[in-house]
Amino acid sequence: MKVTVMERIEDKLYQNRYLVDTGRPHIKVRPHLSPSPNLLALTEICPAKCYEVNDAGQVEIVVDGCMECGTCRVLCEANGDIEWNYPRGGFGILFKFG
Amino acid sequence: MSEEKFDAIVVGAGMSGNAAAYTMASSGLKVLQLERGEYPGSKNVQGAILYANTLETIIPDFRDDAPLERHLVEQRFWIMDDTSHTGMHYRSDDFNEQRPNRYTIIRAQFDKWFSGKVREAGGTVLCETTVTKLAQDLSGKVIGVHTDRTGGVILADVVVLAEGANGLLGTRAGLREMPKPEHVALAVKEMHFLPEEIIAERFGLTEDEGCVIEAGGTISRGMAGLGFLYTNRESISLGIGCLVSGLASTMEKPYALLDAFKGHPSIRPLIAGSEIKEYAAHLIPEGGFKAIPQLFGNGWVVVGDAAQLNNAVHREGSNLAMASGRMVGESIFHIKCRGGAMTKQNLSLYKSMLDKSFVMKDLRKHKDMPALLHTNRQSFFTTYPKLISQAAQNFVRVDGTPKIESEKATSAAFIKARSRWGLVSDAVRLALAWR
Repeated sequence: MKVTVMERIEDKLYQNRYLVDTGRPHIKVRPHLSPSPNLLALTEICPAKCYEVNDAGQVEIVVDGCMECGTCRVLCEANGDIEWNYPRGGFGILFKFG
Repeated sequence: MSEEKFDAIVVGAGMSGNAAAYTMASSGLKVLQLERGEYPGSKNVQGAILYANTLETIIPDFRDDAPLERHLVEQRFWIMDDTSHTGMHYRSDDFNEQRPNRYTIIRAQFDKWFSGKVREAGGTVLCETTVTKLAQDLSGKVIGVHTDRTGGVILADVVVLAEGANGLLGTRAGLREMPKPEHVALAVKEMHFLPEEIIAERFGLTEDEGCVIEAGGTISRGMAGLGFLYTNRESISLGIGCLVSGLASTMEKPYALLDAFKGHPSIRPLIAGSEIKEYAAHLIPEGGFKAIPQLFGNGWVVVGDAAQLNNAVHREGSNLAMASGRMVGESIFHIKCRGGAMTKQNLSLYKSMLDKSFVMKDLRKHKDMPALLHTNRQSFFTTYPKLISQAAQNFVRVDGTPKIESEKATSAAFIKARSRWGLVSDAVRLALAWR
């Protein structure tokens, strides 16, 4: 018997502590007609599921659950898909254990 | 603050930053340490194992008050397929020594403690401050930093970049390249809380003894990756990491890999009934020796993860971070003492100290390993784990099959999967990379 309990990513992120810098997202997706393969990959591999494809087929980001790991930066900053900064001091993820 | 000039500014309060800041502050230099988190450790993620020897060199009596979880007496290496694990366990009472060799730690707590030592030594630690840019003069020499606080440039003779695997400053200033997707792993981790006595019972531990499991195999679904389980006092750190390049090409969800690892029949009973209190993600430098960037220049040095100083084979990251931080601190102090300027030429002292130490010797030793594991990921992370499980099962299952036939079936399976030549060449390449 194989039992794999899949949890929702929202439930995982719910355990974390964040101080969201409302109105000042630290990562932005540059406007695009169709997403590059790397940008599209982020909709699957971002560990906080920040990236999603919208109805128009473009990739959007909501940074609220971001853990500031930098995976998207490594994949997508150099080709200009995204703009990456760290949140302002004190904002963003606040690990209790790390 | 902008009128004040520091001997050194350290960017980041992780392992390397704290080691550098502590070393310099305790030798009397005027040090400013900048940390973007609310408190030191609030942005830092690690498995985490602390190697006592390296910290002991910096703070000999750290055991008196550092927040340590368990000292490790047992290490398990597991090769996993979907339903089994084949393992090697090493456990020794020798590790129950006066000054234990390795401990599990919780970084948010540990880093707070380490940072407290920097303050005690006279360093100025400023949290909730993100460094936005390096300040450079016309010749390109780094002369200080810009932050997101009001006020101008904060000046220093030298800036120590302890900004971690995803460091922005050095790459933005063109001092080093951005890490490549095949040179960094994305690790995700959960903290599972369980009563202390249940952890002790499940892993056969007494008092503050600890156990580590490192697991490779089909859990990384053909990507170069590794799962881990570390026992803390009343929690278990459980995670899995895979190369970013692997994730990008397979489009596997990291949290799905973690859930599958948690649901594996060999792991599930160990964490049963636990309460999850945190989910974290972090990049780990995996490029090894060949990915190490330029480490010093006029007015700057880079340490720890930002410098890709991680021994992936032995899973020593924080160890190299602390060692590089200490050596940077000692080099800067040395240059200062003889009245030297923080020029590229003088700061090369740091590199020569690193070269003479275990840091570069170990990284050089394993310089071919990252590429080997990356290019042979299917064999090492899928084919062999399945074959090994099959072989072990052929060995132990008793079903009336004559032993000679079981053994033939085992070797036939290996030859079928990798061919005779393939097996020999894998073994030779692994041996060469390990040498």
